[in-house]
Amino acid sequence: MGRAWVSRKQLKNYGMLGMNCRNVDFINRYNDRKLFPLVDNKLQTKLLAQEYGVPTPLLRFVVREQHEISHIEQEFEGLEHFALKPAKGSGGKGIMVVTGRHGDQFVRSSGTEVSISDIRRHMSNILAGLYSLGGSPDVAIVEDLIAFDECFAGYSHEGVPDIRIIVFKGYPVMAMLRLSTHASDGKANLHQGAVGVGLALDTGRCLYAAQFGRPVSMHPDTGQALGDIHIEGWRDILLLASQCYDMTGLGYIGTDIVLDRFQGPQLLELNARPGLAIQIANGRGLLPRLRHIEGLTLNRRFRSEHRVDYAMRQFAELEKNPPGVGAEVA
Amino acid sequence: MNQKRGFFAVLMLLALGGVILAIARHVVTGTPFLPGQEKSVWLVEARIDFDADGGAVTASLALPEDQMPGYELFAEQAASPGYGFAILTERRSRRAEWTRREASGEQSLYYSAQLVESENRDDNHANDPPLDQSRIVYWDEARELAARDLLKVARERSSSPQSLTRELIKLLDSATSQNAALLRSGAEQRSDLIMHLLERADIATRSVKGLYLEDARRRQTLSRLVEFYTGSEWLLVDPRTGAVGLPADFLVWTRGRASVLDVIGGSKSRVQFSMIRQTISANQLARASNGEGLFSRLGVQRLPIEEQSMFKLLLLLPLGAAVVVFMRVIIGLQTSGTFMPVLIALAFLQTSLIAGLVSFVLIVAAGLALRSYLSRLNLLLVARIATLIVLVVFLISALSIVGYQLGFSTGMTITFFPMIIIAWTIERMSILWEEDGSSEVLKQGGGSLLVAVLAYLLMQNPLLVHLSFNFPELNLVLLATILAMGQYTGYKLSELWRFRAMDDL
Ligand SMILES: Nc1ncnc2c1ncn2[C@@H]1O[C@H](COP(=O)(O)OP(=O)(O)O)[C@@H](O)[C@H]1O
Ligand SMILES: [Mg+2]
Repeated sequence: MGRAWVSRKQLKNYGMLGMNCRNVDFINRYNDRKLFPLVDNKLQTKLLAQEYGVPTPLLRFVVREQHEISHIEQEFEGLEHFALKPAKGSGGKGIMVVTGRHGDQFVRSSGTEVSISDIRRHMSNILAGLYSLGGSPDVAIVEDLIAFDECFAGYSHEGVPDIRIIVFKGYPVMAMLRLSTHASDGKANLHQGAVGVGLALDTGRCLYAAQFGRPVSMHPDTGQALGDIHIEGWRDILLLASQCYDMTGLGYIGTDIVLDRFQGPQLLELNARPGLAIQIANGRGLLPRLRHIEGLTLNRRFRSEHRVDYAMRQFAELEKNPPGVGAEVA
Repeated sequence: MNQKRGFFAVLMLLALGGVILAIARHVVTGTPFLPGQEKSVWLVEARIDFDADGGAVTASLALPEDQMPGYELFAEQAASPGYGFAILTERRSRRAEWTRREASGEQSLYYSAQLVESENRDDNHANDPPLDQSRIVYWDEARELAARDLLKVARERSSSPQSLTRELIKLLDSATSQNAALLRSGAEQRSDLIMHLLERADIATRSVKGLYLEDARRRQTLSRLVEFYTGSEWLLVDPRTGAVGLPADFLVWTRGRASVLDVIGGSKSRVQFSMIRQTISANQLARASNGEGLFSRLGVQRLPIEEQSMFKLLLLLPLGAAVVVFMRVIIGLQTSGTFMPVLIALAFLQTSLIAGLVSFVLIVAAGLALRSYLSRLNLLLVARIATLIVLVVFLISALSIVGYQLGFSTGMTITFFPMIIIAWTIERMSILWEEDGSSEVLKQGGGSLLVAVLAYLLMQNPLLVHLSFNFPELNLVLLATILAMGQYTGYKLSELWRFRAMDDL
């Protein structure tokens, strides 16, 4: 195991992007403040995605006012499974995933059963702003359940793996797959102990994997070898991520994408302040890629196909000759 | 790149401007850059308020003498537009008199004095012969009897006027004695009661009114002490504690029976005192009396004292803010709430570090426990925080009372803690606890406290206090530093740890 510290020089050599640099040089410079609500509010993101033809779980209905809650059961008629979430939530807070019915009861993904009045209470908590930042009033959205792709069976504990892709000026620059673990309590946050699997931009294959900042070679709960991970239809996923730039106009975003068994890749949410952990999962820094894209004399009319192909070509080179491939994975 | 260079040029200009201004001030006014080279000067301001009846007004305020034990009067001013002003001296006692032909409505008159601390703690009046005991206040039968009994016991237990006074005060405080309770229950002030008792024992007394000088106190009233005659000299005694001798930092304002304030032609009159400690170089002291230069006009020192004492704190805030920016941007410490640590540090300045830390941790811990119950009630956020504020007020009161009972005088000053801030802190921490676990709470809470303590240590550093108050323009240098840190794009110290795995590659 390594030392507890790494030198500034080393970080610079690896091109690691630091928090200050991210804020000053990328978020402040490329993300217009007034566009933030487009991604901070899931309802707005979803409506925008529908407008631009970006696939996203179908929006069933929105609850905006307290009085709508009293006769909400009509809305649920014929809805076997769904996800109920606060539009302004973050970090998985306030999300209720219902996978089926059992008589009058709704069965949650965790297996517990809840009644319609539990759902009502949950909705009024959402409206009151219990899950939104600073407690501002919110709306509740109900969308179709994602039928998770079997390809990840054995790679995740409880939660659902999602693919995080950083998109800079419309070019996908880095990707990772997040696998929840027992330690992360089913959540997909790396700092809580989820496994981050860096994905090669050209193929969607596993490049490297880390948990708690250390390289790992297999899933800590299921023992599945992470090195075998290979995501099908990778170019389409990158295309989807790249389109989010055209859709929002935000220069530096993190896109969260999940794979639906029937519908293919779906946009789950966008983040205008994506975290830095993706670099740990990839064992590589973001900075060279970002600077490379910055240095391009950009033609705004480049279509997403062009940008994706460029990134796949360009960064595959970088990834072939990495500063360090996790020996455990390769 | 060019843009960046321009930005740094502006920063350099800012910083340079601040330094040049400070040097100019130093040269012109002689304010020293280092504390300690100067004398301590107390600026005491009396503010008289009353409602004028509409006719002629005469207000008269007792003034301290030129030479008081421990202090020397250096300069005095009165500000009161429209009023005639004079200082009258008769038989060594001085009074300020404001006069006006016609005045109506609320009136405020100001008198301020600059007092230099002096080594000489001797009292000019220590050996005055006692006046005739003329006015004995008569009490009813029961009280006279109680007084006689009490004095008898005190006399038996004592051998001199000093010990008699001490025993008397002790007896008066005895919880079991009915006589003491009866005497205490009267309407008299404590000092009067003691004087009357001593007079019955044939000990001559004088009343002394004065101020306990403490930096940046506002709206104080005069404290009353008692002097008694031992047969050869007058000794001061604190009627509350029975301690004999001149208390530290006590400024004798006036002696004797004469009233402190007389207002003819007005009602609801009162006088309040504010005070502030200044540091002035000897040569500035010399210049101050005729200093009308630009710098002395533009100094904070020109403001009324009430405002100055606020400025003293206010001018320290940039320092605290800079510490926060440094710790977050350069070190990468996490704090809960961006500038909460500065507010905590301000509160520490008013309590003291240890007492402040202990009470802060206690209050937040108790608040978290209560909040965990609140979270089960499913309240809306606003209501939850309002509830927390109420609870925090209760907690602080309880802590103050317990502290007071245990004999910690800090109990009272805890109330300075910004309660709303504490309530918010508790709310944020409890959400953090629920969502990210207790380790995150400890991390952020510890981070906040660490930053607060650092900010406190800087904000109470005598040199920095001196500079920020006497050279406010130096804050431009801080501003430039903060702006520069706002442009820092290098790694935080914490990231060297966070990305430590890169070392293995
Ligand atoms: N439509 C859905 N179907 C199934 N699971 C969902 C759905 N929406 C969200 N989830 C689950 O909730 C998690 C968090 O959802 P997300 O939309 O990313 O919200 P947040 O902004 O709180 O992270 C996802 O990782 C997934 O496990
Ligand atoms: Mg998410």
